[in-house]
Amino acid sequence: MNFIRFIAGGIKIIFNGSKTYYTWLILLLLLILWGGFGYSGQLAHGLIKTHMRDSVSWGFYIGNFTFLVGVAAAAVMLVIPAYIYDWKPIKEIVIFGELLAVCSVIMCLSFIIVDIGNPLRFWHMLPLLGTLNFPSSMLSWDFFVLNVYLLLNLIVATYLLYCIFYKKEYNKSFVLPLVLFSVPMAVAIHTTTAFLYNALPGRVFWNSALLAPRFLASAFCSGPAILLILFQILRKTTKFEIKDEAIWKIAELMVYAMFIYLFFTIAELFKEFYSGTENILYWKYLLFGIGDHKEIVPYSWSSIIMGCTAFILFLIPKTRKNFLTLNIGAVLIYASVYVEKGIALIIPAFTPDVLGQIYVYTPSMTEIRTAVMIFSIGFLLFTFLSKIAIAIVFDNYNIDSLNPKNKSK
Amino acid sequence: MKNENSRRSFIKNISLATFSALALSGCDMEAFDEFLQQNFRTLSKKEKDKIIKNLEIKYKEKYGKEFHVSDKPAIEGTLFGYALDLSRCIGCRRCVYACVKENNQSRDPQIHWIEVLQMEKEKGIDFPHSTAQYNPEKVPEKGYFYVPIQCQQCKNPPCVKVCPVKATWQEPDGITVIDYNWCIGCRYCMAACPYGARHFNWGEPNVPIEELNSEMHYLGNRLRKKGVVEKCTFCIQRSREGKYPACVEICPVGARKFGNLLDPDSEIRYILENKRVLILKQELNTQPKFYYFFGI
Repeated sequence: MNFIRFIAGGIKIIFNGSKTYYTWLILLLLLILWGGFGYSGQLAHGLIKTHMRDSVSWGFYIGNFTFLVGVAAAAVMLVIPAYIYDWKPIKEIVIFGELLAVCSVIMCLSFIIVDIGNPLRFWHMLPLLGTLNFPSSMLSWDFFVLNVYLLLNLIVATYLLYCIFYKKEYNKSFVLPLVLFSVPMAVAIHTTTAFLYNALPGRVFWNSALLAPRFLASAFCSGPAILLILFQILRKTTKFEIKDEAIWKIAELMVYAMFIYLFFTIAELFKEFYSGTENILYWKYLLFGIGDHKEIVPYSWSSIIMGCTAFILFLIPKTRKNFLTLNIGAVLIYASVYVEKGIALIIPAFTPDVLGQIYVYTPSMTEIRTAVMIFSIGFLLFTFLSKIAIAIVFDNYNIDSLNPKNKSK
Repeated sequence: MKNENSRRSFIKNISLATFSALALSGCDMEAFDEFLQQNFRTLSKKEKDKIIKNLEIKYKEKYGKEFHVSDKPAIEGTLFGYALDLSRCIGCRRCVYACVKENNQSRDPQIHWIEVLQMEKEKGIDFPHSTAQYNPEKVPEKGYFYVPIQCQQCKNPPCVKVCPVKATWQEPDGITVIDYNWCIGCRYCMAACPYGARHFNWGEPNVPIEELNSEMHYLGNRLRKKGVVEKCTFCIQRSREGKYPACVEICPVGARKFGNLLDPDSEIRYILENKRVLILKQELNTQPKFYYFFGI
């Protein structure tokens, strides 16, 4: 009963907002509709509406999935520095980080659902009902860890908000182990996702032990970038207090992550290009194109340029501590990792295909619209959840404000 | 408590979504039964018989002729192997089209289980420099040789290992098959296969009614729907009846050999013992039962 009232309180908050808030909602709804009509074409006619074919059998959807796993993982990993450096609003950081993780995982699962040929047969993966190929298939592992991670974050964030809503002291011995457990789980979801691609010996482009470390490093660049901007917005619009130093510290940690990522990538490139085996083809396709097939070259170079610019902006203390350049850097690194995961990670592994044939893949309009739909749903969900969290955490929205007449309850 | 709540509502939502989706697509009880059908390997004999009988009736209603769908299991003491004579193959692609016809592959969108690669004699077996798009007046072309590639029926199949729902498996006679009713269409097997042997139904498959092969096997050439993966099964509907696969029969130069690896007197064993054979991408340890050799 109490929980229902908590939910009812949350729903009430969602519909309460300024003009800007409603404009934002309408914009998202329009995007969802526009994307949804694109997706309905795919539902009716099949994945033939995408540009994926037998040669390139995974594309933009799986790339987006991978990117969002990174966002989900990094959002929670920020708990470690918050804990170590004793940033004041650690509880708030946990709540918003976990809410972001929840939305990201939901988007991840949505990208899987739109990618599979028979979404209704999803239940074949459920334990007891279906025949999950555990532990043999890495996809079954990924499915398992993602769901555990989703539940974990959902429980912690809901529990914390619930306690604040009812003005109760939260049970530390319940929350702390879960929060601490969610950190290795964050590493686990991203590692498992990397392993999904990693150990397919037929796909040489992925068959490098550096794949999982590179995944983690890049996630540590893109995930905090979102939170960096979110914290500044919260600081401006609510009572959320986070010191400049904490924000700069996040940026500093991102520089380390970027450096490690850069180093891993250079190590990978050196090994491939200096040894100069046949396997170099995939990197060649990514960076320079093969023959006349240069379709994804602009993507890879824009990702590299954006990433390097962000690295320089974050590296120099003066630009790191200037909020304008800091935010530009955050957007750039986010975009860079998005293109890297969305395009540059998946497509070269399939081009040329295992028989050496080249099929040029770029996302179709249906794929782009479907991705817009999922991202808009994710943003909408995150907007709602943050709205509730902001009201409860900062604006003293509690059980009394739900029921002003009945104050004793 | 909360956990249970969200799980319960999750299940409720899923079933609601399922029901409404089924209702929207205008499906009836039959489709619902199909939706709930379990993995083929977990079905009892009785359930299998019923499913197959329904399938035959459905096909008859839809296409107006008799169909025979078999679920004949592997014959004990058989392990199928294949050998292809690279020195004889002329790259005519008759096998490709015989396979399409025999196995009811979709004509549009086009699906071919066999792909023939043209390679330069000077370069040897070199995939990046090969082409599947050769189109001369007459084959073979001077300076080239031809490598037809289909499922290599690995003893250690990466596709089976990665399938998240056990929708594909290796039968006791060594044929890797797919349950088209269980495949969720995630295409992980296609990412894992080093031979490009697996093909996806990107759209609704189309086979002209007059060209339908009505002799079917449940795990082989029965009709597929959009959103599932399919592949060569050594013509399971033929090989388990003691016949050669369609590609072996059609080959005009006799480059294709097929038989039981466990039978010491078989032609395939003779080839393995007396010719020099090679397998593709040996370093990946997939251990194909599809051998290439030089007969002359």
